[in-house]
Amino acid sequence: MDILYSIFIDPFVQMGSAPDLLVQTLWEGLVSGVLYALIALGFVLIFKASGVFNFAQGIMVVFAALTLVGLYEAGVPAILALILTIAVMFLLAVGVERLVLRPLVNQPDIILFMATFGLTYFLIGFGELVFGGNPKVMITDELYLPRGSVEFEMFGGFVSLQKIDITAAIIASVMVAALAVFFQKTRIGRALRAVADSHKAALSVGISLNQIWIIVWFTAGIVALATGIMWGARSEVSFALQIIALKALPVLILGGFTSVPGAIVGGLIIGVGEKLGEFYWGPLVGSGIESWLAYVIALGFLLFRPQGLFGERIIERI
Amino acid sequence: MFYREAGQFKTNYAADMAVFPILQDKIGIAIILALALVVIPLVGNAFFLSVVMIPFLVFALASIGLNLLTGYTGLLSLGTAGFMGVGAFACYKLTTIFPEVNIIVWIFASGLFSAAVGVFFGLPSLRIKGFYLAVATLAAQFFLQWCFIRIPWLYNYNVSGAIEVPTRTLFGIPVTGPNASPEMRYYVVLGLVILLTWIASNLVHGRIGRSWMAVRDMDIAAELMGIKLLPTKLLAFAVSSFYCGVAGALMVFLWYGGAEPEVFSINQSFLILFMVIIGGLGSLIGSFFGAALIYILPIVLRGAPSLVGLDIGAATVEHLTFMIVGALIIVFLIVEPHGLARLWQTGKQKLRVWPFPY
Amino acid sequence: MVRKLSTILATAIVASAFALPAKAQDSIYVPLFTYRTGPFSGSGIPIANGMRDYLTMLNERDGGIGGAKLILEECETGYDTKKGVECYEAVKGKNPVMINPWSTGITLPLIPRAAVDKIPILSMAYGLSASADGETFPWIFNPPNTYWDGLSMIIKYIGEQEGGLDKLKGKKIGYIYLDAGFGREPLPLFDQLARDLGFELKLYPVPADSMQNQSSQWLSVRRDRPDYMVLYGWGALNPTAVKEAAKINYPMEKFISIWWPGDDDMRSAGPGGKGFKTLNWHAVGTDFPALQDIQKLVVDKGLSQAPKNSVGEVLYNRGVYNSMLIAEGIRNAQKLTGKTVVTGEDVRRGLETLNIDEARLKELGLEGFAGPIKLTCTDHNGHRPAFMQQWDGEKWVKISEPIEPMADRVKPLLEAAARDYAEKSTGWPKRTEPCDKQS
Repeated sequence: MDILYSIFIDPFVQMGSAPDLLVQTLWEGLVSGVLYALIALGFVLIFKASGVFNFAQGIMVVFAALTLVGLYEAGVPAILALILTIAVMFLLAVGVERLVLRPLVNQPDIILFMATFGLTYFLIGFGELVFGGNPKVMITDELYLPRGSVEFEMFGGFVSLQKIDITAAIIASVMVAALAVFFQKTRIGRALRAVADSHKAALSVGISLNQIWIIVWFTAGIVALATGIMWGARSEVSFALQIIALKALPVLILGGFTSVPGAIVGGLIIGVGEKLGEFYWGPLVGSGIESWLAYVIALGFLLFRPQGLFGERIIERI
Repeated sequence: MFYREAGQFKTNYAADMAVFPILQDKIGIAIILALALVVIPLVGNAFFLSVVMIPFLVFALASIGLNLLTGYTGLLSLGTAGFMGVGAFACYKLTTIFPEVNIIVWIFASGLFSAAVGVFFGLPSLRIKGFYLAVATLAAQFFLQWCFIRIPWLYNYNVSGAIEVPTRTLFGIPVTGPNASPEMRYYVVLGLVILLTWIASNLVHGRIGRSWMAVRDMDIAAELMGIKLLPTKLLAFAVSSFYCGVAGALMVFLWYGGAEPEVFSINQSFLILFMVIIGGLGSLIGSFFGAALIYILPIVLRGAPSLVGLDIGAATVEHLTFMIVGALIIVFLIVEPHGLARLWQTGKQKLRVWPFPY
Repeated sequence: MVRKLSTILATAIVASAFALPAKAQDSIYVPLFTYRTGPFSGSGIPIANGMRDYLTMLNERDGGIGGAKLILEECETGYDTKKGVECYEAVKGKNPVMINPWSTGITLPLIPRAAVDKIPILSMAYGLSASADGETFPWIFNPPNTYWDGLSMIIKYIGEQEGGLDKLKGKKIGYIYLDAGFGREPLPLFDQLARDLGFELKLYPVPADSMQNQSSQWLSVRRDRPDYMVLYGWGALNPTAVKEAAKINYPMEKFISIWWPGDDDMRSAGPGGKGFKTLNWHAVGTDFPALQDIQKLVVDKGLSQAPKNSVGEVLYNRGVYNSMLIAEGIRNAQKLTGKTVVTGEDVRRGLETLNIDEARLKELGLEGFAGPIKLTCTDHNGHRPAFMQQWDGEKWVKISEPIEPMADRVKPLLEAAARDYAEKSTGWPKRTEPCDKQS
């Protein structure tokens, strides 16, 4: 009975008795969720337009952040470094399109997936060779990112929101909104959607696939840069950051590979779910369950919707 | 010219369906076996045996395991390292509880534990497909790794939290532990790998293998043709995990000789997936090629600068190794997306018609 | 970049210039396992630099040790057990005098091999704590402390802060750690201390893949409000923990770590890390003749990969300390055997009779750098006291006198663990190596 009590009743008693902690947990969950969603967003963009499951998104996050900080440390002013980093991400997109995607056009998914592994290895080696393997401090102040926290009195306790987390949430929302506008309202956006629907049909109406791929990879690069800045500010800029990119996998699975809103909602569900789980139920089994909880949550959803929450319905024909 | 089957007539079904239908193939495999069994242990030094050959064989075995699942049955798995870990920990528990039983028996038995765990995590595969299935296996990977750290019973409450491999003997000669000679360990690993490869080859050429491939090519069609999906997929998970489990036990007992749970991390799973894809999905010989390329290439690259007399810092060599391996993966995929096994086929075809182009 | 390349080039040229004549004269091969790549490179780089630079300095200043030139070779492990074992096999055939694995994961598989291959292993304050027992592990050395010693010193320090160990009754102490062998090792001692001293122990494990995402652990800290926090972290875990602690306004002076956080970690952690404390057993800074020599003979000449300002940082100096032990082990072996070129077996004896007293430290140009240390055939650790240092926002400042570990509590645990290890590994060899007289 004790076990049942501690599983089904006690966590809710705790939630009720310290609502400020519950609010704080939800907030932390939302923030991690936003950050997971940012990584997942990069995956989704590329998967939608080119059908590539881009494993290199994680290392792109590290690479973008490293380039930014590396340039700054080499004496480039922060804002100029930011612009240069964006230029580097553009070059990377062109390079990937020319050297990896174009020769591999029309290959099975798993081969393209594998090619992005190759890209990951290459970027790890290249990044460490150029910028060195030691961790770097993210230049938050120089980029005019706020520091410190805002605290609210609430339910007899307090809830503290980090300004950098609020900024992350704002930037993520702005980015998603901008992407939505870009996809829906611009000419290139329409072309992107056409490519996502069918490569061949898009080609036949005169859309240049190569150009579209560069644009998508470049966009994913910018998303990676934003992600890198945010994660870097929370911790440090180092190659350990790529581990965190794995957390985007359950998010993607949950939200569906092709849906931008799916990435966001999936990220938030995973973020909140794993924080609540770790905080209220984790102590029952000695904590540290975060590493697999996200996958179990995603698995639970998948059993009911095998194509993810927002994924396109899989219709199988013989 | 070199590789002609002219004059070799098949007079019955069995001969036609043989794994090595041509005389040259039979000679080839005999030469390879002779090389592996006699020449390498004679010529190779301890470094070559214990750093190159034993790990290569262990990885090849794990790749075969994953290939049975991903290449033959079309079920993507990222939990390989977790299943290897189950094998290693099971073997450790078994041999410490029953030390008098021969270690080889326990290595096989540990594969069975791994198979059981694999079946459990394979259950969602009936409903979830493709990359989505990968998440189920990732859940297995992370959950199992958590168990290896969190359940002290698994590592006999060792303070270090690691497996410490005891000395075990075969016919009085130590095969595990520090006193086991590289030659002995090599022979044990080689023997097991040859045996299990032979079994796998028979599996995939038989009814089971064909039902796996039918499921891979289109599972609905396979179902309509009367193949029961759940047992077929679960069997694939079981056999695959068995192979991975044995590979895991071999890895810790005959290669590392002691390991932390950290060695069964997600990176290991990815590494074995690389080997399978680069080697060739759905090809047993490809698993060997893939393991050789992904595992041995970096060792060669790391050793190369000092061989040619260049003195570059160890870290720089490592960075360059990463870059070269990454670039080579992409190049190989561009040259031959179907893996090294297909290159091998093409090569054989070329030899056959040489000196003519077709 | 250009500077880095040129230093690499310079080292390459110098090293190749050495490589030829070195063969002609007496030389000792010292492999250094390092990790300048991978997720833990942040901690690995300064250590590798410190280790390498001290030994290079000996080559430059004294022409090696006792007339034998040191041949240094780095093997990159990337903190990966697989590559570490590969490194071991690669250097094994070149008559190394000792191995410094610099990773607990690599140390563990090497422990049983050491006795067979006759190569001593020096795992400085990491690895298997039980290997401090020289009777069971004649080939393994882990001076100057074990993680158990470290924990007992931290608890003692907390006791001092509270005005006595008995005052800990009813207090709450939180323990945040990397959820791996390293972080879990102190748990039995921690449990026992909690029972005996009457404080409540709260555990906050951080899985290796959540190192940079610790918000739920710190939320739990906020809920439980422990009076003190103890940290056993590594790599990116450290700066993230300090940042998160600052986020929930945890009082930094009550946040105490084992000896691994470095200067880079604290800079990443930002201004919130001011007041954070760690254990340490050696000084920081360069105000020692030996370190001055390193600056002059190695760094200024471009023979080092270390950025100039990183010399004297805590992890750099730890590398120096490690190399000092290597060098003294070799020198002691030369003295014992009378040979110039010593082997692994000789160095094992050299380490076992190591006795670095104040006078010797002064000779080495390291007076006041660290306390004296003496190893014996039974004690391969020394269990040296360590002091508490505090981050003042820019550098580490020593804030306490050396604290003795609780030998009475650590010793039985060590002995039990060593016995346990030997029992579980059937056929674990009895010590046959004779014991040398202390020199």
